[in-house]
Amino acid sequence: MMGGTSGLGDLDELYEAIILDHYRSPRNSAPVDDPDVDLEVNNPFCGDEFHIQLKVSDGSVSQVGINGRGCAISQASASLLAELVEGKSYAEVKAAVDSVRRLLKGEEVTEEEQDLLGDIEALGGVRKFPVRIKCALLSWVGLDDALTDHLKK
Amino acid sequence: MNGSENLIHTFDVEDVRADFPILNRKINGMNLVYLDNAATTQKPRHVIDALTRYYEETNANVHRGVHTLSVEATDAYELAREKVGGFINAPRPETVIWTRNTSESLNLVAATWAEEHVAKGDNIVITAMEHHSNIVPWQQLAMKKQAELRYIAAGKDGLLEMSNISKIIDSSTKIVSATHVSNVLGTVNPVDELTRRAHEVGAVMLVDAAQSVPHMPVDVQAMDVDFLCFSAHKMLGPTGIGVLYGKYDLLNDMSPFMFGGDMILEVTYEDAKWNDLPYKFEAGTPNIADAIATGAAVDYLNNLGMENVWRHEQELTAYALEQMSSLAGLKIIGPKDPTLRGGVISFMHDSIHPHDLGTGLDQLGIAIRTGHHCAMPLVRSYDVVAAARASFYIYNTKREIDELVNGISETAGYFAS
Repeated sequence: MMGGTSGLGDLDELYEAIILDHYRSPRNSAPVDDPDVDLEVNNPFCGDEFHIQLKVSDGSVSQVGINGRGCAISQASASLLAELVEGKSYAEVKAAVDSVRRLLKGEEVTEEEQDLLGDIEALGGVRKFPVRIKCALLSWVGLDDALTDHLKK
Repeated sequence: MNGSENLIHTFDVEDVRADFPILNRKINGMNLVYLDNAATTQKPRHVIDALTRYYEETNANVHRGVHTLSVEATDAYELAREKVGGFINAPRPETVIWTRNTSESLNLVAATWAEEHVAKGDNIVITAMEHHSNIVPWQQLAMKKQAELRYIAAGKDGLLEMSNISKIIDSSTKIVSATHVSNVLGTVNPVDELTRRAHEVGAVMLVDAAQSVPHMPVDVQAMDVDFLCFSAHKMLGPTGIGVLYGKYDLLNDMSPFMFGGDMILEVTYEDAKWNDLPYKFEAGTPNIADAIATGAAVDYLNNLGMENVWRHEQELTAYALEQMSSLAGLKIIGPKDPTLRGGVISFMHDSIHPHDLGTGLDQLGIAIRTGHHCAMPLVRSYDVVAAARASFYIYNTKREIDELVNGISETAGYFAS
């Protein structure tokens, strides 16, 4: 019974089933051999730490590995990210990061973007818990920065 | 300005609770259970009234006017200093310097006394359980002076490893700075032993008392410490004001921390002469209203009696340790023996991240702290990135601890299902 008890009912808006599923079974968590992009991101406020590794070829992400320690929101978000970016072009990844930022801030997201984001829309529940937005954004911001750096090389 | 006739004269926790307006608030539809007192405490009506009354009746600048309000404001400001001095048994009020908070007090000592006395090859000794504010100023100073920063380790039992302090604190030690009560582990540290050893080698002893002065009787003369720091907001007072106590001769020999009005005796176009203690360290218009309200907080605590405050927290801590130990999957860090710790309990749950636990408890109206508690190296030494922390004060009850324990179970159940 997911959060059926008295005071915790509202938690369901934050921890949708899909979030808890990704939290418990994170996708693409295995380390990547000889990664092209390799970075650590952390949130000093709550101590979350993630290791993000990418293999890139021909302008797109061919392999992703993300593992680390964090709360349910940051872990699920990292797992959703890993699932989304595999096989995507740089431009598609950048666009997805932008969509996620707007989704979490409660700004408009087009239907087309919603289709692309799929399950990631479940992260939108953090809007009611503003202090948790940075948990959801952590891996996305890290990936964005890392990819920007990589493209400069 | 006194208003002590409004204070209660016995320590009945329900009477105490009635003095705190914020305890009537609902959080997410539930009664507030405030267990984040190591971060900051709530304020009684008595302190809030002192602030309001000052602004409504007395507001003026201090130490510089002949008009009635300025004289009254100065008297009230200095009376508050005397009250705070009395609270820690300072030998004279001039040894009480107003700062912004404990961090500023620590920085003041690092930037003045230590700046002048620590040289290349000397060492500074702190402990492994310090708050960042008692680590970073010393790291910076050590780098600048090419001095060594040494740590007294903390064992897995949450206690300082005191067996080798005579090796760590040696003839090259200039200052020892240690927390009296750990804000993470709750450990009450043997600062008397550290002070004796520091003095044996001619070093000065600084005590971060941010988590002790609000909770237990503290006597700076009995402790024989050279410096001691704490913040008003962790002891019912307002934010933005803290205290540095120092031995008179040490303070008197130190250079000013900041320069400006009120801290000078005489200024020429070329030079200036420093004012006497404590004004030498209080450049610019001070935080008058909050100093006065800190005096009101001291009145309130004195009225309860610090022995009673300590006994109340010891009782709550023992009860909480006992109740929390029965929770499956919960690991408490710090000393097992409640008599070795203050009212601070940090814990981890093996299936919930502290942040998720914090959000769950908040849904139930229960406020706890989650994260690294500004003590990153210590928290990491327990091989976790974050911990949850419940910390108690005079208005907390056993019923609230029951609510915490139930809330943890309920949140754990939510994530387990």
